[in-house]
Amino acid sequence: MDVSIDLLINALVAGLLLGGFYAAVTIGVSISFGILDIVNIAHPAFIILGSYIAYMLNTRLGIDPIVASVVMMPAFYALGGLIYQIYHAAFERYGQESLRGLAFFFGLLFITEVVLILAFGIDYRYVAAPYIGPSLHLGVVDLPLRMLVPCLVSLSVFIGLQIFLSGTFTGRAIMAVAQDQLALRLMACSPTRIKRIAFAISIATASIAGALLIVIQPVEPSIGREYIGRVFAICVLGGLGSLPGTLIGAMVVGIVESLTSTFYGPSWAPAVAFGFLLLTLALRPAGLLGR
Amino acid sequence: MSGPLLEVANLGKRFGGFVALDGIDLSVARGERVGLIGPNGSGKSTLVNCICGTLANDTGLVSFDGERIDRLDTHERTRRGIARSFQLPRPFASLTVAENLLVPMLYAGNARAGARRSATELAARGADLLQLVGLADKAGHRPRDLTQVEMRKLELARAMAAEPRLLIADESMAGLSQVEVAEIVALLIALNERGVTIILIEHVMRAVMQFSQRLIVLVSGAKIADGAPDAVIRDPQVERAYLGQ
Amino acid sequence: MRSWVFFLICVAFAAGVFGGARLVGNDYAFFAGYVVLQFIVLAQAWNILGGYTGYVNFGSAAFFALGAYTAVFFHKFHPLPIPLLMLLGGSVSGLAGLGMGYLALRLRGAFFAIATLALAVVLQTLVVNWNYVGGARGAYVIRPESVWLIGNYVQYLFLLMLALAVLAITTARGIERSRLGYGFAAIRDDELAAEACGVPTLRLKLIATTLSGAFMGMAGAPFPYYIGYVQPAAAFGLDYAVNSIAMPMIGGTTTWIGPLVGAILVASLQQWATVTISSELGLLVVGLLLVGFVVVAPGGIVGLVRKHFPAASPGPRLGRESKTADAP
Repeated sequence: MDVSIDLLINALVAGLLLGGFYAAVTIGVSISFGILDIVNIAHPAFIILGSYIAYMLNTRLGIDPIVASVVMMPAFYALGGLIYQIYHAAFERYGQESLRGLAFFFGLLFITEVVLILAFGIDYRYVAAPYIGPSLHLGVVDLPLRMLVPCLVSLSVFIGLQIFLSGTFTGRAIMAVAQDQLALRLMACSPTRIKRIAFAISIATASIAGALLIVIQPVEPSIGREYIGRVFAICVLGGLGSLPGTLIGAMVVGIVESLTSTFYGPSWAPAVAFGFLLLTLALRPAGLLGR
Repeated sequence: MSGPLLEVANLGKRFGGFVALDGIDLSVARGERVGLIGPNGSGKSTLVNCICGTLANDTGLVSFDGERIDRLDTHERTRRGIARSFQLPRPFASLTVAENLLVPMLYAGNARAGARRSATELAARGADLLQLVGLADKAGHRPRDLTQVEMRKLELARAMAAEPRLLIADESMAGLSQVEVAEIVALLIALNERGVTIILIEHVMRAVMQFSQRLIVLVSGAKIADGAPDAVIRDPQVERAYLGQ
Repeated sequence: MRSWVFFLICVAFAAGVFGGARLVGNDYAFFAGYVVLQFIVLAQAWNILGGYTGYVNFGSAAFFALGAYTAVFFHKFHPLPIPLLMLLGGSVSGLAGLGMGYLALRLRGAFFAIATLALAVVLQTLVVNWNYVGGARGAYVIRPESVWLIGNYVQYLFLLMLALAVLAITTARGIERSRLGYGFAAIRDDELAAEACGVPTLRLKLIATTLSGAFMGMAGAPFPYYIGYVQPAAAFGLDYAVNSIAMPMIGGTTTWIGPLVGAILVASLQQWATVTISSELGLLVVGLLLVGFVVVAPGGIVGLVRKHFPAASPGPRLGRESKTADAP
């Protein structure tokens, strides 16, 4: 196989950009699964929901999709809070999270997908924005703006959240709730309230991730399924509870997927993330930077 | 048959930087009644977990009846004759009290005896055990209907149902009344007279003194005393580290 | 009741069902009935690993599809009678179940579930890239016109699935009342305590995944002949995963009755919805029912019945009638 250096470099760069985007997609699960220990496998469905809402606002009102998603964040935040309330009342209190909690989120995933199919059909939808189309050219490297912009937005979200979690009181309380609920109570903080805030934040990130997704590629309702594995693969690879780990994991998966897609064909790409996941779970379940 | 039943040599276990067990040596002779005491956090439960296989030890070894067992899975150690009750009761919530006893009888008892027992025999044995611990009238109930004390008795009964040669009772008596403590001690002594070696881990000193033929004291992951209960109690080191609190 | 007596009763009942369907005279009864029976098998199979042992499998579709694609493979290579295909499909999926078990069973519950999903996608990707069985384009399987003795081919498929359903129900019930069933329940309730009681948890879990996979594969093998055209997207579809989970959870996961009730109810509901409104709406209802039951009535329909009619709850019982306890 003739490996042209140009092709390789471009595949690597594309992988980095993709990885940056994947970080935004995964950060929600990093919070809900890595920190709160809630297996929200419905997260990709919320992302797709975000994509469709961005699509609607973009086609009906001409609003830039990313701006639209930021505007929608409070709604997603509220939705996240509501879902956590139900989850907590029904499962967490009784310590029976495992089977029923999983089934609950699986049901939500499925319902969201079917509702989207009913509302929008299975055709691909896409948005229009000035940065979808043009590319930057740095020497031999192509930087499509429709990949670059989401990558940059994603990294800013990432950095913003990292600052929030380590800098603010609420943020540190969230990190603490994973480790020591008693200490939290002693500081007059309700762990339930903190967890609800954290989960709501995780769903809010789905709003932005959804907009970024539909900028990068056209979406249809069942795309979420590909992302379930990706998202958990990145989470586990990076190490649960470690945000920097998630970023590194996202980059790794992005690069490997890009290389696979370029040299072996895109139909093999879905297997990459899942293959990674299985390998990581089998060999080093703590991940690269995990606790 | 000679040699100790249980031999623990240089057993070490750390969690990250924290040393839970620091090179423990101990041995338990066949038919002995050993008491194990120590302040909270001294490593008693970690020791039990390493002996039974719930945790893997980092250094040292554990031998049971001359055979090295520290590389074996928990269920294999149980099948060789070690049973334990858990400090925080872990009953099978969806099964009745009687069915809880069935599980070890089917998987540990059967294997050890090498013979198939009929359903009626198993039921009878279960009923006997429940009678012994005073849970006979709760046989058809689910564990969630039991009081804390009754759950501890179930823990003990379930460990006994495995027909062990070595029974490790991990703080089964917390919260029991004096009468109940005396009952359990009598029960364990009777069990011992039938040939079961017993390690009793307890904070209830009256029970420990009544029961033990030998007393071991663990403090901060190290063994600081090992001998006749009366002598150990008076050991100044033990007084300082443990009883002086 | 002894297992073989139960089996005979089931067979008699099944014969009645078949006879009744023939009386209806409409082939649609057999088409729709096949689907319901197929889901009875899938639900029972899922429940052995999920309900009895407590390990959630999101990749049911993969085992089903493996059975189907085994049949497609042999159809192209050298056509075989369907019962043999079912055995082959069951073996392939059983092996896959064993493999999945080795890979994933050491993981905590949530990780196991995700790993099953991962495996399903990996398998799907492999099949999509395997051109011999049609790849992404799909494969056509022409159904023979008629078959010896029964005549109508669809009725033949119906009969086979009926037989498989009886087998699945009898097996599930048999497990439930045996030493194996107690082992499974112990694992489900508290795996650590189960180990301490001498239960070889890994071995039992592997038995569960293998059995579960095998039944799903057996249910999948006749599928290409039933539907005529097999495509990875459909065979590996999420609706199989959702249904295999929803049916036992709606019906009740602790006993063989749950998946049976759940499958009949949910599959019939979906068939009705597909014919009257749309299949998507049917799926939506299933999703809503799943979430609803999981939140409000975790014991499923069986659980609700037991709560209101306590006399009707037998629970698992070691075979009173047998002289010796069964061994796995």
